[in-house]
Amino acid sequence: MSLSVRGIDKSFGGFRALEGVSFEMPTDGLLGIIGPNGAGKSTLFSVVSGFIAADAGSVTLDGRALDRLGAAARARAGMVRTFQVPREFHHLTVRENFMAAAPGQSGESLFGLFLRPGRVRAEEAAIRVEAEATIELLRLAPVADTPAGRLSGGQKKLAELGRALMAKPRLILLDEPFAGVNPVLVEQIMERIGVLNARGIGFLVIEHDLGALSRLVPRLVVMDRGRVLAAGAPQEVLADAAVREAYLGGMPT
Amino acid sequence: MEAYLVAIAIIGAIYVLLALGLTVQYGLTGLVNFGHVGFFAIGAYASALISMQGVPLVLSFVCAAAIAALVAWPIGLVALRLRDDYFAVVTLGFSETVRLTITSEKWLTNGVQGIPGVPRAFAGLGVGMPGALATLGAIALVCLLAALMLRRIAGSPFGRVIEAIRDNEDALRALGKDPARFKIQVLALGAALAGVAGAFYAHYITYLSPDQFIPLVTFYVWMAMIMGGVGRVSGAVVGALLLMLFLEGTRFLRDLAPDLISAVDMASVRLGAVGLALILFTLFRPQGLVGDYTRR
Repeated sequence: MSLSVRGIDKSFGGFRALEGVSFEMPTDGLLGIIGPNGAGKSTLFSVVSGFIAADAGSVTLDGRALDRLGAAARARAGMVRTFQVPREFHHLTVRENFMAAAPGQSGESLFGLFLRPGRVRAEEAAIRVEAEATIELLRLAPVADTPAGRLSGGQKKLAELGRALMAKPRLILLDEPFAGVNPVLVEQIMERIGVLNARGIGFLVIEHDLGALSRLVPRLVVMDRGRVLAAGAPQEVLADAAVREAYLGGMPT
Repeated sequence: MEAYLVAIAIIGAIYVLLALGLTVQYGLTGLVNFGHVGFFAIGAYASALISMQGVPLVLSFVCAAAIAALVAWPIGLVALRLRDDYFAVVTLGFSETVRLTITSEKWLTNGVQGIPGVPRAFAGLGVGMPGALATLGAIALVCLLAALMLRRIAGSPFGRVIEAIRDNEDALRALGKDPARFKIQVLALGAALAGVAGAFYAHYITYLSPDQFIPLVTFYVWMAMIMGGVGRVSGAVVGALLLMLFLEGTRFLRDLAPDLISAVDMASVRLGAVGLALILFTLFRPQGLVGDYTRR
């Protein structure tokens, strides 16, 4: 059971954003991707999650090739992403954001809505309970009924994680979950990711905050200029001379 | 005087139906439909032509809604790949295509000469007040049902998803839901409401010609929605009634200064007055009378 990314190429015009990027991770594991700005991390995320089509290469989740699936179908296959800049449904409350993400609602079809009101009500009640549990899990109760657009940056990141959870994925792709988040909240998000991972949900995390990331994940992939530079345990990878050169500009840490 | 009031009430109610259709499309889902009048025209001609074959009006109304919704389907498939502004241009082009098709397909629509003698609704009650009042009652009932239906939709899981589409489509895709499926349903639903509005129009006015279906109608509906309050069912109703007040109220502008404004200029002066009202609204009450949900 793994996410397997093989030989991904992607060019934008003459610019080669990704060149032969490959990595693999257990579906229920934790993997971090680091690299300087412009290394291709976000492009890689978009390719893996199906928002951008790759020029070459393949993405396989638990043995199933995802290459022909669009973004929505890949999410239904069990892999849900978040965004670098949170994309909350800003007019909906946090609770409504969560409830909107629950899969397979019969009240989402006009026919179901008007022809099976009893079933819709029952499902809605169950989803409400689930949303409440997620709100508790992420300690978002104080803002549960606030329009998501009014949350702070850190709260939005948490809310986006909660919304991703509501879609019942096996693997969550987090795009810079700690960027612009205050240190207290960073610790909280890390701790919650740990709890969720213990429950069997995998995380693939892009992050700039090396310190936080290397404490969170047992394995790192380092990218630079569209290629995978190194992969391995955080300590080994960070000791690598090429990595220090590319990512840290050769500075001693 | 009573006849005049009933007449503008009926036209006002037709605008309410049109505004409700646009509210579900733009207010709730964020679809910038600049071709609303196209679906209105399709409903009007469909119901007129079908009823003139001797089909009962109840059935021709259902056909008007169904045909307008069916036409929305392929438009949706093609156009929903486009972003907001392109979608607006495509729908505007669609409504003009409908109008030009009506103009040129004389075998079906009698072209610019139009279709006279469309069966009058409640003809059994005669041409005068009783028939008009019955028509008003019927359209008011349909408006009420449509408003209740939209309220139900807005508060449902379906409503939650379409509002999510309006807020951020990509985020919804990332959660495993296909925006296109929902947008097509919304487009068809709004088109069906416009189609019913068209059928009422056809069987009330009893004469159809292509020049009744110019893009200006679409923008009147947009004005109604903006003045009433975007994204609210009550906003569509209030806005449409306010629009009628402006459109009809400006008729009497000339009475104020009959020497200053010639009868020929009057149409332009009215349009100017309506435009001024819209500008004042956006300046001093941008959220509309009832309040703009999308700016909450």
